[in-house]
Amino acid sequence: MGKVKTLTLIKKGAEADLYLAEWHNKKVMIKKRLAKKYRPSKLDRQIRVYRTVHEPQLMHEAKKAGVPTPTIYMVDLKKAMIIMEFIDGKQIKQLLSEVSANKREKLCAKIGQLVGKLHSHGIVHGDLTTSNMILNSEKKIFFVDFGLGEKTKELEARGVDLHLMKRALQSTHFSFADKCFKAVIKGYSGIVGDDVAKNVLDKVKEIERRGRYVAERKGESK
Amino acid sequence: MVKKSYCLGIESTADDFSVGISTFDGKILANVISAYIPEKGGIHPREAARHHAEVADKVLEEAIKKAKIKLKEISAIAFSQGPGLGPCLRTGATVARALAAYLGVPLVGVNHCVAHIEIGKLKTGAIDPLTLYVSGGNTIVSAFDSGRYRVFGETLDIAVGNCLDVFAREAGLSQKRGLPFGAIVEKLAAKGKKLIPLPYTVKGMDISLSGLLTAAVNLLKQGTYKLEDLCYSLQETAFSMITEVTERALAHTEKKEVLLTGGVAANKRLQSMIKYIAKEHGAKFCVVPSEFAVDNGAMIAWTGVLAYQHGIVTPIEESFVKLRWRLEEAAVPWVK
Repeated sequence: MGKVKTLTLIKKGAEADLYLAEWHNKKVMIKKRLAKKYRPSKLDRQIRVYRTVHEPQLMHEAKKAGVPTPTIYMVDLKKAMIIMEFIDGKQIKQLLSEVSANKREKLCAKIGQLVGKLHSHGIVHGDLTTSNMILNSEKKIFFVDFGLGEKTKELEARGVDLHLMKRALQSTHFSFADKCFKAVIKGYSGIVGDDVAKNVLDKVKEIERRGRYVAERKGESK
Repeated sequence: MVKKSYCLGIESTADDFSVGISTFDGKILANVISAYIPEKGGIHPREAARHHAEVADKVLEEAIKKAKIKLKEISAIAFSQGPGLGPCLRTGATVARALAAYLGVPLVGVNHCVAHIEIGKLKTGAIDPLTLYVSGGNTIVSAFDSGRYRVFGETLDIAVGNCLDVFAREAGLSQKRGLPFGAIVEKLAAKGKKLIPLPYTVKGMDISLSGLLTAAVNLLKQGTYKLEDLCYSLQETAFSMITEVTERALAHTEKKEVLLTGGVAANKRLQSMIKYIAKEHGAKFCVVPSEFAVDNGAMIAWTGVLAYQHGIVTPIEESFVKLRWRLEEAAVPWVK
């Protein structure tokens, strides 16, 4: 491993710390999963190693599916650390509240397409929030943070994925969440086809009906 | 002397029937709880409701006596309108309607989940916390934003209290008055040493506990592991998942206080885990005192005061119970 220079902490997340650094004359992002002392060390190690191994694999797979993700440069299991390409851009979370309604729906439809590509390729992201999507200067949307992702084609996993997306929109962008989610579905259907999209959306409804998401259980449209 | 105002609150969402009395400035004068303990199995809604109907008058009388006030001095009757078990909720609502009509005072329907948050805030002094509400029926990570207590994360299937209870019953343990299943599992877990691998399921800010429960029960039936080790592993795995999503929500919302509330908040191990992440993020850790952690009438009385003072009254014809009344559906005009 080469020398890492100019480390600056850019985000202290719940699960990992993100550093901006220079490595072999390249601007890189370093993701480091720190030990969590609240849980037993054996469980802690298992979780961190598992996610550090799986995240780069899924990001690589996502690329093959046509979904932009940062290129992985190096993985250090001992330190539970990943060195990857730095994506210079803006979080979709920020953008959604800044742009016009028209632009917003276009962005959401594009996100829906990318989710559709992931699912068609047998990947679920596991944490589809708007802070895990970055628009770069070439107008490409990158997906990051695959730590909770999975390789699966199960309907249940896809349903949960879209359900999480919907929930993330509702809790962070509640004033235009419904329109955004509709646009996401439109983009998603365009990739996976109307039949598959319908099955997944039925699953989302079922997940919501399992007792915790009453509006759906009461048969309301919201 | 200014005449004091009192609110009487009735709680009956699940296995507890309770009456609490609060002054309008947040002094809890009484909090009498009667728990229904089934001889076998879980809570049978109709049996629990029968218990509530049987003890209602005694609990009411004791609360009035404890508060040292007269029934006619009460200015409002609050009751738990939901979410919860139908027959149990209806029993409490019937008592509340009768009392309000008899005394000629307004009725105030209160959301049970909001009440758990409000009593936590009252008792700990928290102002704008990220709340982890954990009980037999709910596992919710919530914080106030734009007029409501928003749900950031929750269980996709069963609640953590339910998970521990079912495991304890499957292990043939039996709960006693003052020693619920959760406390028994906590005691056994403290003696466990070996961490047995169990499913760890975090999905975004949500968690799933049903697979964990099934796996733990299957291992229990195999009989290869000690019960103490199983309790330890079940508790550690479930609490680690809950703590992870709470930390995610804390990083996301950047709140400066973390409030632990609900029946499972009494668990010392969970307290230590949540305390740790609160410290990591520079937030103050607050935990509700155990008397107010379990379902109780005082939290309904106090939330009733807040609602009533902000113009919320529930006419009799709108006082039907709401079995699936979500936290973020409840208006909380007193929170700013």
